[in-house]
Amino acid sequence: MARITAGLGCSHVPAIGVAIDQGKTEEEYWQPVFAGFEKSRQWMRQANPDVIFLVYNDHCTAFDSSVIPTFALGAAAEFEPADEGWGPRPVPVVRNHQIMASHIAQSLILDEFDITVMHEMQVDHGLTVPLSVVYGQPEEWPALVIPMAVNVVMYPPPTGNRCYNLGKAIRRAVESFDEDLNVVIFGTGGMSHQLQYKRAGLINREWDQRFLDHLTTDPDGLAQMPHIEYLREAGSEGVEMVMWLVMRGALDDEVVEVHRHYHVPASNTAVGHIILENKG
Amino acid sequence: MTKKDYEDIPGTFVFDADRARIGYHLNQFCISLGKAAGREAFAVDPDGYLDRFPMSAEQRQAVIDRDWNRMLELGGNIYYTAKLAANDGINFQGLAGIMTGMGRDAYRRMMLKGGRSIEGNRYLTDWDEK
Repeated sequence: MARITAGLGCSHVPAIGVAIDQGKTEEEYWQPVFAGFEKSRQWMRQANPDVIFLVYNDHCTAFDSSVIPTFALGAAAEFEPADEGWGPRPVPVVRNHQIMASHIAQSLILDEFDITVMHEMQVDHGLTVPLSVVYGQPEEWPALVIPMAVNVVMYPPPTGNRCYNLGKAIRRAVESFDEDLNVVIFGTGGMSHQLQYKRAGLINREWDQRFLDHLTTDPDGLAQMPHIEYLREAGSEGVEMVMWLVMRGALDDEVVEVHRHYHVPASNTAVGHIILENKG
Repeated sequence: MTKKDYEDIPGTFVFDADRARIGYHLNQFCISLGKAAGREAFAVDPDGYLDRFPMSAEQRQAVIDRDWNRMLELGGNIYYTAKLAANDGINFQGLAGIMTGMGRDAYRRMMLKGGRSIEGNRYLTDWDEK
């Protein structure tokens, strides 16, 4: 059967993608950001997942204001990187495990998560930046990717608790798939940041570290955090960190934290990153 | 109208379903500039292109004035207005420099020093903007 062996949380700041694409990762500004990802790249080579289940948010790329699904699962054979206003990122096309994605869609809906199923979808930096962070610039992405887009642009996003329970349902779906596959789940976005209006630039380092601590050791408690705390303490765009709880929900109750990286700033944002392994 | 617990955060618009309704045509205009066809059509005939989006007169004026904070007040969302900014050659950090009134360089320096502190920035009362 397929198994989720580990989870990875990672910011998806667009400027990180630009730095990789334009060869700026050794520059003084970016060097500390990427130094913290070196261990992650080694870890990914060793973990070598067959499939990445990638939880991210679309930034009005596949879903503009006309359609706003709370949870949308990518079931297409492949996903083209989108033009987000500067031309598409020069990264490989993202290929799906389409049969597994269909299985997961069916399993989730019968498990009472009423997701939207996407048979055509372009993907933006929310999905491709984390892949670039862990894989660099390969000709092809080394793993198949099942995308799950979560609405965090229009308030309210799903609650942390809903995301956490969705993670548990994703685990059940994966474990009921017959093929013998190693699956790693990504939760992306964050950490504290506010991109808009007069409070733009907000960073809350202590809050971010506490979030990472609780993600590892007390996810049940963390899942109960109300949206207002994210908005007030981590900024209006920091609320997207609920997506990390999808990842955490798909893991064992007890996990090993094998890597953590935190740096301020990348553009407007605190960069956060964590790798959690199941003990089993 | 239900009281919203996030309206006492200073300097912040939470883009909720009400704002998404009010800002719909403004946001759809902005996001159309995410694609080359939209950018080209807007460049050729800005007024004619704006006519395709039935936004309010205030929203349209805010676009023409490139009044970024006004767009947010009128239901715009940053991920959308950032496409208009990008079309003008302004990135997210440049846009934040304008919206905060700090200017690009001072804003960038603030971020390099660890960003805007949460202390004194939690409640409207912290800002004397009751």
